[in-house]
Amino acid sequence: MVAPAGYDDVVLAAPVTIPYVRYSIRSAHWFLGRALGGLIAAAKIPKARIDGLAVASFTLAPDTAVGLTQHLGLTVRWLDHVPMGGASGIVSIRRAARAVQSGDAEIVACIGGDTNHTDSFRRNTSVFSQFSQDAVYPYGSGGPNTSFAFLTAYYMRTYGAERKDFGKLCVAQRNNALKNPIALFKKRLTLDQYLDARLVADPLRLFDCVMPCAGAEGFLVMRRATAVEFGLRFARLLGAIERHNAFPDDPVQYRGGWAMDRDALYAQAAVGPDDIDFLETYDDYPVINVLQFEGLGFCKEGEGTAFIRANTFEADGSFPFNTSGGQLSVGQAGAAGGHLGITEAIRQLTGEAKGACVANARHGLVSGFGMINYDRGVCSGAAVLAAA
Amino acid sequence: MPRAAKIPIRKNPILRTRQPTLPPASRSRVALGLTAAAARGRFELQVCRDCGAVQYPPREVCRDCLSHRLAWRQQDGRGELVTETTLRSAQELYFRERLPWRVGIVRLNAGVNVIAHLHERVGTAPCRVRVEVALDRAGQAALIAVPEQGRPHLSDDPRLREMTCDPRGRKILVTDGKSVVGQAIVRALAAAGAEVIWIGEAEPWKKVAGLEALRELPPATVVPLDVTDGKSVRELAGEIGAKVDILINTADHHSAFSIASRRGVETAQSEMDVNYLGLLRLAQEFAPLLKARAADEPANAIAWVNLLSIFALANYPPHGTYSASKAAAYSLSQALRAELRPAGVCVINLFPGPVDDEWDQLEMPPKLSPVSLASAVAEALKGSVEDVYPGDVAQDWLARHLDNPKALERELEEGAR
Repeated sequence: MVAPAGYDDVVLAAPVTIPYVRYSIRSAHWFLGRALGGLIAAAKIPKARIDGLAVASFTLAPDTAVGLTQHLGLTVRWLDHVPMGGASGIVSIRRAARAVQSGDAEIVACIGGDTNHTDSFRRNTSVFSQFSQDAVYPYGSGGPNTSFAFLTAYYMRTYGAERKDFGKLCVAQRNNALKNPIALFKKRLTLDQYLDARLVADPLRLFDCVMPCAGAEGFLVMRRATAVEFGLRFARLLGAIERHNAFPDDPVQYRGGWAMDRDALYAQAAVGPDDIDFLETYDDYPVINVLQFEGLGFCKEGEGTAFIRANTFEADGSFPFNTSGGQLSVGQAGAAGGHLGITEAIRQLTGEAKGACVANARHGLVSGFGMINYDRGVCSGAAVLAAA
Repeated sequence: MPRAAKIPIRKNPILRTRQPTLPPASRSRVALGLTAAAARGRFELQVCRDCGAVQYPPREVCRDCLSHRLAWRQQDGRGELVTETTLRSAQELYFRERLPWRVGIVRLNAGVNVIAHLHERVGTAPCRVRVEVALDRAGQAALIAVPEQGRPHLSDDPRLREMTCDPRGRKILVTDGKSVVGQAIVRALAAAGAEVIWIGEAEPWKKVAGLEALRELPPATVVPLDVTDGKSVRELAGEIGAKVDILINTADHHSAFSIASRRGVETAQSEMDVNYLGLLRLAQEFAPLLKARAADEPANAIAWVNLLSIFALANYPPHGTYSASKAAAYSLSQALRAELRPAGVCVINLFPGPVDDEWDQLEMPPKLSPVSLASAVAEALKGSVEDVYPGDVAQDWLARHLDNPKALERELEEGAR
């Protein structure tokens, strides 16, 4: 494989979060429009200077990014619609970075967001994909709970993980979330509460399952010089990977695409796992965090359990992780969930954290995972960001 | 192991009648290939004609070599349950009302993963299983993992029993008990544990052999029913319609009759009056009553069975008008199936070849014995199928029909000469 070109002086700036709500009567356009408005306000950049747009949303139908340009009155020369759910933010970074490097765009707004009506999650799940409609949903209609119960049961049986190991991660995330004013979960979670919560889909219990909500996230991608011109604080993009449909012959997903590409990621970024000061994973269910620890080289394959037992995961712990509280404690605002770790990482690296703060953070790793098309998540990605 | 399905208890009439819910029914067109095979009781997956790779979920091109030449082929279903869960919450009402619900991923020996409902006799993952196909209450194919050894019946699992129409403990109307076939079906249902069997008797002044003996069967009651008489059908529906769980339409008028062999249309009219309009009269009176009781589990209305003929698929010229009446009934049964679907009541059609009775006297063997046909009815109800082609002749015609319907038409012309 040819080594990809570096990202030179591409930077990420102006992290914006439109506060999450459990249910909303608004449409996705409202949340995405507010995210764009938030970016313009945060960066103090004239709207007309934004000449690129990347959009991720599950609930924008019948519109796509195309309809959104007219809805938002945005004239752009570069436009992308990234239907990759939990991997969409990472993929948007990769697309947008190459656009600003090549000059196809100067300032790209990357936004992800969704609304959540009282019945929209069921409606979206029932037609999530052709394979899902034909071969998953008719089998109990459990939605993502079913899929992640399969993965979790398999991982626990194969590698000896226990629920208390996953619980340790969930409790640490909640501790981080307690300092984050926009997290939807505001009460402390004890390990006992985690272990004794009601069963949802064996072995998953309530606090293993992300809570769908409405909200949006956004950030800007540009060259360093542009950020300096506007006086923006920024994080540098050192490296980024994506992979789709990795390891299709594994009987049950116990690894994602990261395992294929992490060496390329660290080579491109010129840093290694030991240099990473904090990790923001895609965390709709705790088992997938463990697959990211392993896949991204923080521990060996199958040794995630020992890694959890050997570390603490609060922002001031031995392995600062999901410092905003992650989706499990902030909420899953659809495709915004694929951007949540990115806005949080930018904040940590620019000293603007809203809640728990990682001291002297120089390098952050953000990871994405998404789209249970049939029996496993198809999309994965990761990016290494660095302080200015 | 003897099957131990419990006899349904009666519903408390004071309680509200539950409304039917169905499992998700949307499928892509290509996925309906699975349902098409399941309707005949076969578990088929797509196999690539070019590289041999087995495919699942159903798709348009081979996952391996990208060939579009995918053919549905029968599978043995053997594989390993690699992971499982028991759902305690569900998004759709059908499953929500039936929690907990157990599902798992089975890695078939054929090299693909299927997500399947798990029979309660399946051990915990990992273990060897065999995947079977059934039709769920929405009429779509449902894959079910059962233990690899032994042949547990769907009815043994109370959650999966709903995918069958097991006659055990059911109240059943057989619309004509005067024919040899109708009588054999009554006996088969009694043997299968039916709780009540109403036996329709038209023109009671015409005595036939065998009917008196049926009165001795404990569940049997002979009732007046003439499917050519709207008033008779309406009166019986008013009397027992709200209790019938399964209706089996055995009413059949059969006169060997080619176009040129008789003048006038009276015989053909009689065939249509029983075989087509009789079904229509029954459907108009009984179908709404079945729909209304479709969710009164476990003593609910579950099935409608039509005794058609393989001649419904392609006209058999020596029985030209009879074939036409059965084709009309077949067509109407499809409308009935569509109308009963929202309630989850299944319509099962049987397409026997020539039966060893007086009407098929001149047909050459093999002919289907009435007992075999009756056994096919009982087995169809115990299983989970929609279209049954009992006997060698029916299977032969079906194979020829599926292979090339025009060729079958030409071959059947031979019989007209």
